[in-house]
Amino acid sequence: MSKKIKLTDKGVEFLKKVQELSGEIITLCEQCGTCTGGCPYVDQMDITPSQIMRKTMLGQTDVLDSQTMWICASCFTCTVRCPRMLDVSKVSEALRQVKLREAVDKINIDGISDEDAKELPSIAVVSAFRKFTG
Amino acid sequence: MSKTGVFLCQCGGNISNTIDLEKVTEDVKKRYGDDVEVKIFSHMCSGAGQKLIKDDIEAQGLDRVVVAACSPQFHEKTFKGVMEKSGLNPHVLEIANLREHISWTHKDKPEIATEKAKDIVSASVSKVKLDEPLFPKTMKLGDRVLIIGGGIAGIQTALDLADSGKKVTLVEKLPTIGGKMAVLTKTFPTEDCSACIISPKMSDVQDHPNITLYTNSDITDIQGHRLHFKATIKNKARYIKDTIDMDQCLSCEKCVQVCPVTVRNYWEQGVINRKAVYIPAALAIPFRYTVDPDACLNFKGETCNKCVEICPQQVIDLTQKDEVIEEVFDSIVVATGFDLYDATEKPVFGYGKYKNVVTALEMERIVDHISEDQPPREVGNRVAFIQCVGSRDEQIGREYCSRVCCMYSVKLASLLKQAKPETDIYIFYTDLRAFGKGFEEYYKRAQKMGIKFVRGKPSHFAENPFTKQVTVNVEDTLSRDVIETDFDLVVLANGIGLSKATDPIVNFLKLAKSEDGFLKEAHPKYKPVDTLIEGVFIAGTAQGPKDIPDTVAQASAAASRVMVTLAQKEFKIDPILAFVNQEKCDGCKLCLTNCPKNAVRMNDSGKAEVEEALCLGCGSCIASCPTEALDLYAYTSDQLYAAIEAIFANKKEDENRVLVFADDSCTYRVADALGVRKMKYSTDVRIIRVPSSGRVTPSLMMYAMKKGADAILIGDCEKDKLRVSWTSEICRKSIDAAKKILADAGVDGERIYFDEFTAGSLAKFVDRVNGIAESVTKMKKITSDIREELCQRK
Amino acid sequence: MKKNIKISYFPGCTLKTTAKNFERSAVKAGGLIGIEMVELSKWNCCGVVTSLTSDDLMKHVAPIRNFVRAEEMKDQGLVNDSRMLILCSMCFNTMKRSNKRVRENAEDLKSINDFMYLEKDYNGSVGVVHYLELMAEIGFDNIAGKIKKQLKGLKIAPYYGCMLLRPKDIGIDDAEAPHIIEDFIGSVGAESVGWDAKSRCCGSYHTVNNKDIVVNLAKGIIENARLHGAEALITSCPLCAFNLDNRQKLIMEKDPNFRPMPVFYFTQLLALALGLGEEDIGLEGNFIDTKPLLKEKNLI
Repeated sequence: MSKKIKLTDKGVEFLKKVQELSGEIITLCEQCGTCTGGCPYVDQMDITPSQIMRKTMLGQTDVLDSQTMWICASCFTCTVRCPRMLDVSKVSEALRQVKLREAVDKINIDGISDEDAKELPSIAVVSAFRKFTG
Repeated sequence: MSKTGVFLCQCGGNISNTIDLEKVTEDVKKRYGDDVEVKIFSHMCSGAGQKLIKDDIEAQGLDRVVVAACSPQFHEKTFKGVMEKSGLNPHVLEIANLREHISWTHKDKPEIATEKAKDIVSASVSKVKLDEPLFPKTMKLGDRVLIIGGGIAGIQTALDLADSGKKVTLVEKLPTIGGKMAVLTKTFPTEDCSACIISPKMSDVQDHPNITLYTNSDITDIQGHRLHFKATIKNKARYIKDTIDMDQCLSCEKCVQVCPVTVRNYWEQGVINRKAVYIPAALAIPFRYTVDPDACLNFKGETCNKCVEICPQQVIDLTQKDEVIEEVFDSIVVATGFDLYDATEKPVFGYGKYKNVVTALEMERIVDHISEDQPPREVGNRVAFIQCVGSRDEQIGREYCSRVCCMYSVKLASLLKQAKPETDIYIFYTDLRAFGKGFEEYYKRAQKMGIKFVRGKPSHFAENPFTKQVTVNVEDTLSRDVIETDFDLVVLANGIGLSKATDPIVNFLKLAKSEDGFLKEAHPKYKPVDTLIEGVFIAGTAQGPKDIPDTVAQASAAASRVMVTLAQKEFKIDPILAFVNQEKCDGCKLCLTNCPKNAVRMNDSGKAEVEEALCLGCGSCIASCPTEALDLYAYTSDQLYAAIEAIFANKKEDENRVLVFADDSCTYRVADALGVRKMKYSTDVRIIRVPSSGRVTPSLMMYAMKKGADAILIGDCEKDKLRVSWTSEICRKSIDAAKKILADAGVDGERIYFDEFTAGSLAKFVDRVNGIAESVTKMKKITSDIREELCQRK
Repeated sequence: MKKNIKISYFPGCTLKTTAKNFERSAVKAGGLIGIEMVELSKWNCCGVVTSLTSDDLMKHVAPIRNFVRAEEMKDQGLVNDSRMLILCSMCFNTMKRSNKRVRENAEDLKSINDFMYLEKDYNGSVGVVHYLELMAEIGFDNIAGKIKKQLKGLKIAPYYGCMLLRPKDIGIDDAEAPHIIEDFIGSVGAESVGWDAKSRCCGSYHTVNNKDIVVNLAKGIIENARLHGAEALITSCPLCAFNLDNRQKLIMEKDPNFRPMPVFYFTQLLALALGLGEEDIGLEGNFIDTKPLLKEKNLI
């Protein structure tokens, strides 16, 4: 079933907020799909990286319900390939921050097994907490 | 007896509310006595003002005029008109800039402004007394046209011009003309055979009595800058004895058969190779063999000689030398075309590494051979075309659309589909651009054939090490699915950029490039085939991406622009040019190297002379002349010395002076703009207009120091905006020489400065001159004894 | 003979814990090729991942603080090179990005200095350099000349991961066609294989709470290496090493047919080739047993 979307002032505000946080001009995205084509995580994502650009451009805040921004690990493959020099990883980070700043954490320290706690390199734990907590 | 009229303009108070023009009058009269006639009027530029000047010229028998008013950029033309109406040569006029450079800038200091006005008016009077009547030079225009590049653009321009009776020389770097068009299989959207269209035109070029054709030739130099060019053409040896009548070489191909070297054939894009001795293609014009010295073993220190030995006519001569030809042209058309984007710069696509990734031009040849019994290569079952490789990609600095790739991919896919209907063909695009006549219909026809258009740009490829198939990863942005599939062949739709072979031409002619790297036209709308260099035109893809019909249209446009230009039969050049005082010249030749345009040369009597058609009037040659024999009309050394003397004549013991030599195009304009904005700067500043910084010789600098300058600033345009590109470089050398003299004389401090300005660098100018004026106050005073020593001239 | 490079060294947390073998092999091998690493007198965690939002200046305080130490060491004459050496790819990327930002933006530098008011000011005089870059400066030819044991016949997949190459202004080599690790492999006499996953992400910090992602990616990377004939991988990142090496345990649990592949730090191969002892190479720290391969090639 197709969804009807409304283009609203709230949506325009959302785009503005994400543009400010990311420092990227999302309206420059030409939807060529290069980011998606190179993304090593794309088969884990519910929507593609180019879709988060599109949804954000049109002010669709349901982009925040997608898992894509949480799966993105800032590997910067899209960053070095976007023909418009956009940094999609910065947009992902901005979307994560919009959520995290509502004090929503995406990681639970109790979920780490004892074995992992012993073995995991500290850079893994620190980076996960930096990316998944506000 | 010469008499100079000095007309002081009040400018409705703009000048006279600050400057006491009566006092200026007194001063001028005191200095020049009866040699001058001074008048004050409210608006010199008005009808009444102009009449006043004209009447005075006639009544008083004036033969020289100084108008002291606003900047020459506003009314110099007006007053030159008055001169002509009054029967005087417009070049015996000087404008003293009282408004922008004095009254508006020093509004708050009327007394000092008046003193400064005295200096500036006197400088103009002293200079005008040495002005000579000058007349524009008339140069004859011939009908000789040089066309650089033998692709379809150059061919079309050459034929149009030759048919109109012009004498055309066409220079092509490859051994055959035809360019990229001759390499294409068929053309879009009509699918007619590219070679069949172009080959009659190629033959016409060869046979046309008005066309001299040099193939296998490079342009190694071009001198000249407007409607008079001297080009040096290097016709490279083919190592085959001249066979104009084709009666010696029998084209028996025996040489090719025995040649042991195999290299990439440009014509076949490497799909089929060639030997070191070769004819590129059956339709090559001229149809002549060439030995490629980069490939032939005999040129690599080995002795092979197989071709030489087998030739039944003995026409192969590996000792043949390149031939150098120098010719003069009245006009030039640059038709140097494009280079395909080098996809190895985009390693994610594996071109050059993966066997089954090919360029569009390679695909042209593959498709051209596809119906043969044994085609040079197979294409397989599943083929992908990838659009925008080297176009619209800022990661590699190419922002622009190459305009032809969408349609040539549609064409290649359609031709492939027609030849092998079972092939599964995909075109991956970002935006499909089908804007030309018949393009949309052609696109639709391809879709109807079953070619699939997928909206998505691949990020990278991988090669299966066993099957050598190419794995393409791409988002179908319309379904949002990610396609990951192995293709038997991937065709890159390479974008196009200005050919690298154009760069030397750009350099010789000082042509401009636009941001996309193509040649810049004089105006994008109404001068699309002109360049900023008079007599130089552009045709074809050297100006920007375009398809064949657009190229041909533009080539004919360039030809017609050449015809219009040459139809003038003669042209006038500004008389402000360098000249050589023959008596003073001692033939030392030092000046020859100081003019990059080679406008200064030696004449039969062993003295230097200026080739006026080549001279740009910058005055940079003068600094190199030890006897001051070289000079520049309207800015002669004597005139500038006189102006300098006058400008400092009233200087008092305790005062400082910063003399600014302001180039006409930029620095003088900044000072004007500052006046208009009423921005203040040091009253110690005195400005003298020069055509360029290169005109300011060490002798002028030393004379200025002798006569009272405490510091000198020489200004010119920023490097890429210079009217004549080398002036600031020559000025810097002159400054170094002058500084050495100062240092030797024990003068303390920096004292002589150079800087670059644009018409907009207002604050920079103010900071610079104020900084210099300030620093002078901290330096030791230069004693009159030292000043005397600096310069021999009285 | 060129003077030894004596340079301040930022280890980062992991090189003191799970990647001790990376540090030890680097320090010991460095001593033999002219790199003298002087550890910062005091240092703190760099934060590992650089913050990517525009209003995040405070997140750069931690990395910048370490540069104050490097300037001190320079002032005290403890080093002869004004740069800071880093081994861990993640620290390298984060430190270099923060440093670049404050060096190019005086206002940001001032804000950070104001915030660290109990510290000396950082003047922006320290560059960041990776161990591989230093080796390239010394010259891989020169290093090849110092090799005692040619690693003949060892087929290695050079794994760059993300943080050594991207973004372009931070990377140590061409983001899409790097060759510095290949150059290194050549210098120790081993053979590098051409493959497709050399700069594909390993799954990174998802290893903490989304192991499936890492298992999938690591498996793909190792299988691509094997497809192209590699016998081992080398890396410069302790997190990549963990995901590609330790996580092979989970890959094997999921796919019994999966054949494990040894993963080395590049410095371990350097140490091995320079003839250092097993204690300095630290092969015990690698999860997948590396010894059968090395024995097969007669290298230990």
